[in-house]
This record gives sequence, C-alpha cells and structure tokens, in this order.
Amino acid sequence: MSTPVSHPFQAKPSLSRTFESGVFWLFRSAAYLVLACGAFVFADIVIKGAPAVFKTSFPFVNTVFLTEAPESLCVFDYEGQKREMGDREFRAFREQEAARAAAEGRKAPEIKATSFVYSAGGIFPCIVGTVLLVVGSMTIALTLGVASAIYLSEYARQGPVVAFIRLAILNLAGVPSIVFGLFGMGMFVIFLEWNVSLLAGWFTLAFMVLPVVITASEESLKSVPKGFREGSLALGATKWQTIRKAVLPYALPGILTSSILGVARVAGETAPIMFTAAYVVRDKLPWQDLQSAGDFFFQGVMALPYHIYVVSSKIPQNEYTERVQYGTAFVFLFIVALIAASSIVLRTKLRGRYKW
Amino acid sequence: MDSPTKSLRSVSHHPASPDGKSTAAVAPTLIDIENLDFHYGATQALHGISLKVPDRQVTAFIGPSGCGKSTLLRCLNRMNDLIDGTRIGAGSIKIRGVDIYQRDVDVIELRKRVGMVFQKSNPFPKSIYENITYGLRLQGVKDKGRLDEVVEKSLRGAALWDEVKDRLHASGLGLSGGQQQRLCIARTIAVEPEIILMDEPCSALDPIATAKVEELIHELKLKYTIVIVTHNMQQAARCSDKTAFFYLGKLVEFAATRTIFMNPENPQTEAYVSGRFG
Repeated sequence: MSTPVSHPFQAKPSLSRTFESGVFWLFRSAAYLVLACGAFVFADIVIKGAPAVFKTSFPFVNTVFLTEAPESLCVFDYEGQKREMGDREFRAFREQEAARAAAEGRKAPEIKATSFVYSAGGIFPCIVGTVLLVVGSMTIALTLGVASAIYLSEYARQGPVVAFIRLAILNLAGVPSIVFGLFGMGMFVIFLEWNVSLLAGWFTLAFMVLPVVITASEESLKSVPKGFREGSLALGATKWQTIRKAVLPYALPGILTSSILGVARVAGETAPIMFTAAYVVRDKLPWQDLQSAGDFFFQGVMALPYHIYVVSSKIPQNEYTERVQYGTAFVFLFIVALIAASSIVLRTKLRGRYKW
Repeated sequence: MDSPTKSLRSVSHHPASPDGKSTAAVAPTLIDIENLDFHYGATQALHGISLKVPDRQVTAFIGPSGCGKSTLLRCLNRMNDLIDGTRIGAGSIKIRGVDIYQRDVDVIELRKRVGMVFQKSNPFPKSIYENITYGLRLQGVKDKGRLDEVVEKSLRGAALWDEVKDRLHASGLGLSGGQQQRLCIARTIAVEPEIILMDEPCSALDPIATAKVEELIHELKLKYTIVIVTHNMQQAARCSDKTAFFYLGKLVEFAATRTIFMNPENPQTEAYVSGRFG
C-alpha cells in the first residue's frame, strides 16, 4: 500500500541517507570492537589471576600470596604422592622426615624435588616496592611540577622564552620511558653514585610524569577565574598570598585528579625502574636491617611491573609460572583501579567543597 | 625613612568636610593625573590625559567601549601592572602629591589605600565572613573580636548587614547578584581604603539591585573618594559629582556632571550624552 507523497517532509530514499547509516555502523562497530578487546584482556587476567589471589575456603583471600616473598616451588614424589610446596616448607618437611626416620632407626629418605623459581610464595615485597616508588616519585613530581606550573602561568612574563619552555615540557612527555630509564641510570645511578636505589627510581619516575603534572597543573590554574586573582590583589594581597589563598585551593581538585592518573602511570612503568630501582629478587623488606635511616633511600626494591616482566620472560616457563604471572597482573590491575577510583572520589569531594 | 609609601599611608585621616555635596566646585584634589600616556605593547591606549579627581566626591568616567576609561581606572591602583607589556609612556598619576608610578612605591600599600570593585562581582568561594576578613587576615589581623567588628561595620557600610547577618558563615556565592556586588564593596571597605574604584559595578545587575548600589554610592562618598566607570549615562548623571567623557583614548571633556549633561562645551560630548552616537 503505497501512499502518495502527502506532506513536504516525507522520507525519501537517497544516497546520502544510505551513506549516513553505513558510516554510523562503521563507527558503532569500531567502538564495540575496542570494548570487546578491553573486556577480553580484563576477563583473561581476572579468570586466570583470581585463583591465585582468592580461595574457595575461609578466609577466601590467599594471604600467602599477598603477604609473603616469592620463593621456589618444589615438586616431588613422596610415598607415592605428588606434592607441591614452597622452598622453606620443603626444607622443613625434609628435616622432619629425616628426624622421623632417625627416630625409627631408618636411613633418612632421599627426596628428590624439582624446583621452579618464583612459582611459590607471594608478591608482598613487590607491592611494598611499588607503593614506595609511587609515593616517593609523586611527592617529588608534585612539588616540582606544581611549583614550576605556578611559575610558568602566574609569575613568568609570557613571551618566547616561556613558550619555548612549555614546548620543551610537552616534548618531554613524548620521550619513550626506556630513555628515561637510561637517563636515570646515567644521571642518578652512575654519575651521582646513588646505585640502584629507591632514590634513583623516585627521581627517574618523577621526571617521567613531570610533563603530565605540569601541564595539568597549568590547566587547572588557568581555569580559576581571573576575578579571584584581581579581587585578592585589589585588597592589597601580594602575588604569593593571592596564589596561596585565592588560586591554589581552587586549582587543587584539578591538579590532584590528573596527578592521580599520573600515579597510575608511575605504578605501571617498567622501563624506567629496571635500571634504576628494581631488583629481580630481594630477601629483605625495605625496612629490615637498616644500618642507618639514610640507607632506606639507597636500597633497591622489588616492584610489581618488573616482577611481571621477570616471571614472564626471565625464568623458564612451565605449568607453574602462569599462576604467579596472572596473579601478579591481577593484583596490579586491582591496585591501579583502586587508585583511579580514589581519584574520582577525591575529585568529587573537592569539587563539592570548592565550587564557584 | 620618609618614603612616599609611608606618607601615602599616613594620610588616611583627613578632616571631614562639613558639607560634602555643596563644596563640589572647591573640593581639594585627591588624584592628580597629568598628561598621561599609556601603552598596551605597541598600541597606545591613552593619550595625554590630564584630570583632577576631587576628594570625597564621585567622579564618573563615561564613553563608548574601547575609549580607555577602564584602562585609566585600572592605572589608579596599578592593576594594569598585571598585564604583560603595559607601560606608562609619559605623564604621572599623583595621589595626595605622591607619584604612584615612582620606583619606590609599594603596590601592595597602594592597593590597600585604593580599593577596587569589579564589573563582574567576584566574591571568593568562601563564607561571607571570610570574604570580608580576607584583606585583614592578609595583614595579619587574627583577633576574633576585631574581625567580628569589622565584618559588621563593613556589611552595614555596604547596606548588606540586615540581609545576611543570620548567615555570615554561608557561602558568599549563595547571594544574589546584587548582594554579591555589595559583598565585594563590603570586602573593599573592610581594609579601609581612601579611594574606591568601581569598574561598571552595575552592568550585570537588574534595575532594583542597581538602585541599591547607587544608593550605597551616595552614602559611601561621605567617607570615600569614588571613581566609577559606567556605560549607563543615567547612572553617571544620578550618582556622580563630576563626569569625564573619553573618546578614542582621549579625554574630551571633564566638568561637573550637571554641566556635562545639561550644557556640554564639546559637540562630541553632547552627541554622546544625548545618545546620538556611542
């Protein structure tokens, strides 16, 4: 039943209309493809990593994985049973069996175990190391970054010099992280003789996120209305008083939000710390056996991303390594997600407090 | 020791004139602008402005957009210093005989004596109380009693006390546009300036709020010298004692407000005030 054209807005098929829907579907499928890829990656890590972190029995969280250092996994046959246990546990087990045998007047049983490095124990030192690296480097980056952003946008005379400095900072953001790693090694580890240490890692990571922090801080400072500055100055405030009382508090939410995104990046980078701060394995936790307080800064640490790298590519792969690889990745993702979530909460809270 | 800064501060007490309004013709000069040239980078914004602002009267600057009236106003408390590339080409601005562009003048001290109210009301996103005590706290005043006293006095001075006395600790941004502008005036008089500069203070306000601010201006001029930039000629006619008409960066005419509006000398002034151009 074809009705004749009854009004001037009647829909008519046309080439542009067909093209329009084609383009629309192209964009839509692109967006869904990206979503699918992301979902796949997350699902893979969660499905394979969650079993290392969670248990089906009380307390449901694998505390060993989260609170102990990595150790070798020993796999052996004993009395016809295949057993798996961590290195320390295995030694204790062997001694116990030997003692039992001696008490019974037998010869100590010979237990031959195959050991797989890093496949047992946990990743506690890596979590600690990553937290220390993030806290230290963000402290340095925020101090330096906010200070230079204030200088560039509030004090410096806008001209070719400042434009050049801004360009240089933006270019810094494009430098590959491995180059920052090399720079950190050359500058801090070798030239300043800090060796592989927390301090060297802090500065290397801080320099890497500085461009992000500076750019974000400048944007946040600029978004504070000019009226606040003028109002404050007109009341006889100095420039610094104005910045402290009438500008910085209102720029803070923006600075913090973007800086916390910087934290996620700092936490995730492997290349800058592999030459400057990260150890493949370290028995002691950073606060154990310190000769003096200063030693704290001059020690290397283990870190989550570097640990993932090590267990994925530096040790022989077998059926036992997957557990620790995916477990570490899962914990790592969880921590980064936690940081991102806290940034959102913080932003909402501060925005509510300081809105105009 | 006897720096101009000091002398600028020491003259905060001046003898009260018995009849502020009727002495319009003989009021002593407070701000003396002589032959002022002002540049924004390569552009000259003001050309040889000479003008004497009388003490404790309202002086209005009128003229079409871009005529330099706001620029001149912002020269008076050196707010233009904030803009890169601005400079005084020639001439001087003297407040009580002290050249405020002299090298040893402290801009901070100057701005304490020469307050400013802006076109767009700009209370800080803090409480009303904190807005008013902002200037004093910067000067290091911590005494709660003194601050309370200043808050009440300033709010009364800005005709805002009765409207906000029950919510002094509520945000200044919760006020209406006109109240916000009066809050900014209260904030300005809290630091006890001698001169209040107003840059189109009513351009964003409705007629009722405008009327309140104008009424306030009438009261304020008993204690303060007011220089007001306005686009609204009725406003200049209503609240000023003297009016200066600017056009293209030049002072065309400066005389008693009554003269400017009723009997201007210059044909350009007449055309502007009668609405034929601008």
